[in-house]
Amino acid sequence: MFFRPRAAGSKEQDPAYEITPLVVSARTKYAMGLTRKDNDMVQVSITVNGKVRKAHVEPRLLLAHFLREQLNLTGTHIGCDTSQCGACTVLIDGRSAKSCTLFAAQADGSQITTIEGLAKDGQLHPLQEGFWEEHGLQCGYCTPGMILSAANLLSENPKPTEEQIREGISGNFCRCTGYQHIVNAVQYAAGKR
Amino acid sequence: MSTPVLPKLVGQRVKRREDPRLIQGLGTYVDDVKIVGMQHMAFKRSDVAHGRIVSIDVSVAQAMDGVEAVFTGKQIAEFLAPMPIGTPFPSPAHHAIALDVVRFTGEPVAVVVAADRYVARDAADAIVVSYETLPAVIDTEVAMTGKPVQIHKDFPNNLAVPLVPSGTGVAPDGSSVDDTAINKAFADAEVVISQRMLNHRLAPSAMEPRGVVAHYEPGKGTMTIWSSTQNPHILRTMIAAMNGMGQDQVRAIAPEVGGGFGAKINIYAEEYVAAAVAKKLGIAVKWIEDRSEAFVATIHGRDILCYLDLAAKRDGTVTGLKMRLIADIGAYNMLLTAAIPTLTMLMANATYNIPAIRATLTEVFTNKTPTDAYRGAGRPEATYFVERGMDLLARELKMDPAEVRRKNFIPKDKFPFQTQMGAVYDSGDYEKALDLALKNANWPALKKERDAAKAQGRLVGLGLAMYVEVCGIGPSASLPTGGWEHSQVTIERDGRISATTGASPHGQGNETTFAQMLADQFGVPLEHVTILHGDTSVVKQGIGTFGSRSQAVGGTALHMAGTKVKAKMAKFAAALMEANEEDLVFENGKIFVKGAPATGKTFADVAGYAYIPVPLPPGLEPGLSDEAFFEPTNNTYPFGCHISMVEVDRDTGEPRLLKLVAVDDAGNLINPLIVEGQIHGGLAQGIGQALIEEVVYNSDGQLVTGSFMDYALPRATDFPRFELDNTVTPTPVNPLGAKGCGEAGTLGSTPSIVGATVDALSEFGVKHIDMMLRPEKLWRIIQGGKA
Repeated sequence: MFFRPRAAGSKEQDPAYEITPLVVSARTKYAMGLTRKDNDMVQVSITVNGKVRKAHVEPRLLLAHFLREQLNLTGTHIGCDTSQCGACTVLIDGRSAKSCTLFAAQADGSQITTIEGLAKDGQLHPLQEGFWEEHGLQCGYCTPGMILSAANLLSENPKPTEEQIREGISGNFCRCTGYQHIVNAVQYAAGKR
Repeated sequence: MSTPVLPKLVGQRVKRREDPRLIQGLGTYVDDVKIVGMQHMAFKRSDVAHGRIVSIDVSVAQAMDGVEAVFTGKQIAEFLAPMPIGTPFPSPAHHAIALDVVRFTGEPVAVVVAADRYVARDAADAIVVSYETLPAVIDTEVAMTGKPVQIHKDFPNNLAVPLVPSGTGVAPDGSSVDDTAINKAFADAEVVISQRMLNHRLAPSAMEPRGVVAHYEPGKGTMTIWSSTQNPHILRTMIAAMNGMGQDQVRAIAPEVGGGFGAKINIYAEEYVAAAVAKKLGIAVKWIEDRSEAFVATIHGRDILCYLDLAAKRDGTVTGLKMRLIADIGAYNMLLTAAIPTLTMLMANATYNIPAIRATLTEVFTNKTPTDAYRGAGRPEATYFVERGMDLLARELKMDPAEVRRKNFIPKDKFPFQTQMGAVYDSGDYEKALDLALKNANWPALKKERDAAKAQGRLVGLGLAMYVEVCGIGPSASLPTGGWEHSQVTIERDGRISATTGASPHGQGNETTFAQMLADQFGVPLEHVTILHGDTSVVKQGIGTFGSRSQAVGGTALHMAGTKVKAKMAKFAAALMEANEEDLVFENGKIFVKGAPATGKTFADVAGYAYIPVPLPPGLEPGLSDEAFFEPTNNTYPFGCHISMVEVDRDTGEPRLLKLVAVDDAGNLINPLIVEGQIHGGLAQGIGQALIEEVVYNSDGQLVTGSFMDYALPRATDFPRFELDNTVTPTPVNPLGAKGCGEAGTLGSTPSIVGATVDALSEFGVKHIDMMLRPEKLWRIIQGGKA
């Protein structure tokens, strides 16, 4: 489900499936409580939607909670506790990531785009436009994460096929739409680029 | 130069007005609500399915920095009574937090109130509970014999509702039962089909878990409660009653609600506890459900076992139907728990003119999460059982599944149709829906395609199912809350229109559809209308959104209130313009005498006069605002036909949905784009049930599918592109002719997919496969067939 093996010698470039070796950084170890002392706070500096945000956070503070509770960016939603649903998806250094699966401390020094930062100068992002035009949302809860996953997909593959779109958003659950209008919305955005 | 007339909006694919805020992350869901000084709640939950609480040690939790209070069940019970239910059946006391016995994994045993959610969770984890474990009751048919143990003291054999009969020969009040007709149907039958089937347990899984913020203000003696609910007015009623407060002292707010699917109708333990604790401590508290909590603490859906018998003639005419239903309702009765399976009985007639039907229903307690309304709520189960029966009959008689159904349809000239089960179907043309679905699916060619695939050794099958459901719920006799809906329409002083509705949406797009209706009614642009909902201090009365009722009931109330206000506005306009009100036209945001648009008055002119009425026209009160309650005379009965094509992988047993053609008839449509979305979503949940979703408990009563790691929610890659169409058979029970479309998709899709899968595996001699269609199950059939 998560990793698709490639044919030997394949030249296929499919970054969505690239497996990076798991290196647990000192910072992550620290955040996980493996090296820290109790009551230690950690200082982070994270650029969110173009603004540098400095804060002292509990090492275990999830990035999703950091964005929602400390920065009041409540457009990032939380829909599960096992990294399955994708409602908390944000862009970290341009790549989609589930912000409930990272500590705020791990995002130190990175550039984050949340749903609130997607529209520029009052102009909706083509994906936002697409979701509106094609009725790509109902309750709207999965929508921010869905849009950011789709943004990641389109940045890697500007003209995806329907199958590639469905693959590209398969890390995000939607319980309302049956996905068809979401696929239409992504196609709309791809058509505008 | 004449101004072009504003186009009519009702019936158009109007883009949603809710979307701009939601696509920019600017909606306010309950977890986004913050009150200064607000505390956070976390629950300690039972990790055994059935056990006696021996001790609870909260000392460590209580001593933690930031912990405001800890309450056990006994402590909460000092100021919170057992939770009420909304059905007339006898029910055991259900405390929000268990007193001495826990009856399902996840049942609350204590609650922590703390300064932040991390601390609250730490403290809840630090509570130590020891249990004397009792045997878990898992299987309904075993439970009915009283084994292995009785769950509730006053409910022998674990029967929540002992056998209730319904149908032909049963008096409406159940006082007498005459079996003559049903017995004769089976005695005379040329063919009898019998099948045991389970419509299995599902987790509703709205993407936003539940949540509540309760804010008690001791100075004012008032409570404000935000909740992720489908029905803030019912919440207000219950919270007020349970806290010894008046309904005027409680304000309930449903902010942006991230899906409900029936699971957010209930008023839950966490909501009662939040309100009671907020009042007790004089503070604001928040509780937000984790997903793993949702799997145990939010109601489940379905879980009804059916023994079906069908009596028929060899020409395919069904002459009798018996349906013995056993519902696994879990450990307690929730708000509507006991009523949901009665809807399965009610719809046993399906789309067919069956002369004799006998349904019986038994509801059984088990050590599982309680069941209640989940999208379709009782009707998908009925549809599934009857449609599987029709498939089995078609197979037995070697008839086309479409033709055996056609043979038995209630003819279109028989409506309104009194069913054997006591329902009166409002309107219908089932053959038209079937024919359109067959045409759109290209049925004969599709059958050839299947046969060709089979000839190549592929396992491809076709399935078809009809459905009829009960929607637009409903007359007050059918709901403990009353079945009406309410609306108030106001022309504001600047001429803009605001309207309230008690139909509290959570994704249905009422802000758009209702505005379309008013824009047309008053001849104004959509932008001049605002629809308000979800706040009991703004929306004076209401019931809520469930049972596909928003448009049929709420939309009608809106239309009625609009009609009243428009009539009054015409009077003011007539006085202002010295004209006859009968001659006035409302168009392009103006009111003018027919044929003279240039001399008309704007809405702002007329509203200005209505609010500063100098002079006040005789017989009129100032102002332009009026309300309406709509009480329908009957439910509505939408229907349709769903056709599926499924391929099963011969090597792995994995089923794949290749095609789904749906024809739905929801009566008149206000916004076809939104209806399409509703149908898509319903289909996705119906398909999910057939193919991948299943709540599984082990024999100890532990929930095996306790997260999205184990409970397979459908992803975008699980579906083909759905092929939709619709017929239009308006209902006579409301002036809009609208029937409701929210649940439709879950009805026909499920049996059509099971039918298609059985058809795909026909070479192995299989007649029925219980859902969900796990690859392993299908692989075993394939292997058995080869052996």
